Amino acid sequence: MKAKQSLGSRLAEKVSGGLLRVFLIVVGLFWLVPTIGLLLSSLRAPEDISASGWWKVFTEPSQITFDSYAKLLENEDITGSLLNTVWITVPATLLVVIIGSLAGYAFAWMEFPGRDWWFLGVVGLLVVPVQVALIPIAELFGGIGIFGSVIGVVLFHVGFGLPFAVFLLRNFFAEIPRELLEAARLDGAGELRLFFRVVMPLGGPAIAALGIFQFLWVWNDMLVALIFSDSGSQPITVALQTQVRQFGNNIDVLAPGAFISMVVPLAVFFAFQRQFVSGVMAGAVK
Amino acid sequence: MTSVPAAGGTKPPAAPKSRKSVTGTRRTVAALFLLPALVLLGALVVYPIGYSVVRSFYDQSGDGFAGIDNYKALFTDEGIRTALKNNIIWVVFAPTVATALGLIFAVLTERVRWGTAFKLVVFMPMAISMLAAGIIFRLVYDQDPDKGFANAVWVGVHDTFSQASAFPKAHPGRDSPLEPAGGGAFITKSPVRAGEAVSLPLVGVAPDLMPDGAAAAAKPEPDKVTGTTWQDFTRGKGVGTLNRVDSAELGYAGMKIEAVKDGRVVASATAADDGTFTLPASADGAQLRLPASNFKEPYNGLDWLGPSLVTPAIIGSYIWMWAGFAMVLIAAGLASVPRELLEAARVDGASEWQVFRRVTVPLLAPVLAVVAVTLMINVLKIFDLVFIIAPGSSQDDANVLALELYRKGFSEDQPGIASAISVFLLLLVIPVMWFNVRRLRREVRR
Repeated sequence: MKAKQSLGSRLAEKVSGGLLRVFLIVVGLFWLVPTIGLLLSSLRAPEDISASGWWKVFTEPSQITFDSYAKLLENEDITGSLLNTVWITVPATLLVVIIGSLAGYAFAWMEFPGRDWWFLGVVGLLVVPVQVALIPIAELFGGIGIFGSVIGVVLFHVGFGLPFAVFLLRNFFAEIPRELLEAARLDGAGELRLFFRVVMPLGGPAIAALGIFQFLWVWNDMLVALIFSDSGSQPITVALQTQVRQFGNNIDVLAPGAFISMVVPLAVFFAFQRQFVSGVMAGAVK
Repeated sequence: MTSVPAAGGTKPPAAPKSRKSVTGTRRTVAALFLLPALVLLGALVVYPIGYSVVRSFYDQSGDGFAGIDNYKALFTDEGIRTALKNNIIWVVFAPTVATALGLIFAVLTERVRWGTAFKLVVFMPMAISMLAAGIIFRLVYDQDPDKGFANAVWVGVHDTFSQASAFPKAHPGRDSPLEPAGGGAFITKSPVRAGEAVSLPLVGVAPDLMPDGAAAAAKPEPDKVTGTTWQDFTRGKGVGTLNRVDSAELGYAGMKIEAVKDGRVVASATAADDGTFTLPASADGAQLRLPASNFKEPYNGLDWLGPSLVTPAIIGSYIWMWAGFAMVLIAAGLASVPRELLEAARVDGASEWQVFRRVTVPLLAPVLAVVAVTLMINVLKIFDLVFIIAPGSSQDDANVLALELYRKGFSEDQPGIASAISVFLLLLVIPVMWFNVRRLRREVRR
């Protein structure tokens, strides 16, 4: 078909193809530039930042310095909050995966009265906004003495992570061929063994997608931690948030701090793109 | 939510599949598997819903029944009304723009070999926190065009299309025939006569801002007022002959000149490349004025985070974060569109635009709807970006419901009103909740 095209239409195709490339490159730059701006700002001294824009480093590369990072890593508020982020994110992710798998398996393969109604109830909770729970849970946690602790933040994330976890895993587990489960059963596997030896390994892709999704969700959260953590248990997002009030005077804390907080999510993103995308696609409801 | 909703009705029902327990589990085992999830969901999600609904009918202290007073406040309280208005703007614009961009990117990236790289770049902001995105965009929206990228671009574009103020800081030098006329304008001390050449020398324009036409002395013309306006100074050579055009001096190309008689403008002209200008005979006896528009400060860009632009600016940052999400979902939908359909349309002579408009978009409509609805739910709860990007001075103007809820509940001690806001948010997502459950019920009960 190509060969039959006239010279004119081939030329038009060339031109429009060129325009398309230029357009996409410009758009791509627009998407990259803000992040590059943050990175380069974090690599300049505060005096330079207040004197000129970050693009100045292209003409004066000598401005680049790691001083802000060095200073930041000596700042115990920041390093402590980074650790808190880890202490919050890892358990909140593991708990959601484990508890969600147990329930997902029960909803997929066990028999009990009202099974499907219970499951639909959980699905209904998928889109409940976290805002509904902020005030009641603050009172509840205050009452049992875990307000302001890492445990409270973790619990809240687990609670609001579970509907999606159960939804995703139940649907995935339900697709496991019955014969596989029966074969294991005939080999004498009990319910627990069946769960850990057959269901969990077969559910790998869904569990990975869920885990990555939940990990990024919790790592990046600010609102929940803003309310349920205190100065000793706050994650990096909250620690940086308190600095935003004086924006302009402390860009040497904010820029490198924001970049450090992005490093882990970006690494996870680039390492597990496929799982992340499938998690996001399945999690479109959240 | 990813499967195409409309497809559920047309697909033949799947063969009934038994998911009866293979082990013949006892109910107690099932209960143990479910217990942790159900307890946590009950305590952390279901119970709070009930609590919030009840709490929203009680007053500030929680002791007195308040009826629907808290809900009335949703529509009477000034702060909440702004928040409500902004939320509507958010819900209308953010999802539609993000979805439209996602569609455009998804369709266009199919045509270039490095489409995957492009998608990666646009999708990447999804992975970072809204806090980080907020800080990123605080930098982007910095008011100073020398520091904020948005204004640097905006001023660049603006100055390309209008060179409004060519000569900031220009002013009369020593023994000048000009004097200040108030408001930044300059005027000749004495009236001008037709048939003589007038000199309007100024100094003070930075060399990099100067046009590069050499100044020329104007020739006198009978019945006309002619003259030259130029920079009476050359770097390295000084003023030369004071108030006289020297060969190395440059003309103020584009300078506007007005002839003023009794306070009225009777004629006006614009200087040519060499700084010369010609006014008609009617200017005879008038004073020549260089209006202030010649000298105003350079354009400084938009106040992105000021009261009027702050919401659109934050929506811009949201689109930066979420257009990639729309793009990836739509691209997945696009991958499942049968190529033969598109080819058939092309063979029938449809232009690319027609193929897009008449074939691609209708086929993708269910996916587009899912993406838009998902983003709407997401936007309804928008908090972090507004909280971080809006500076204190314009946070009231950028207010949204989730932010107002946070303020009312956690800094103004108004848990009743905050609960009413949260119940209102919940009511808005109930249609989606109902849709999810109904769709799944069909799948589950087979």
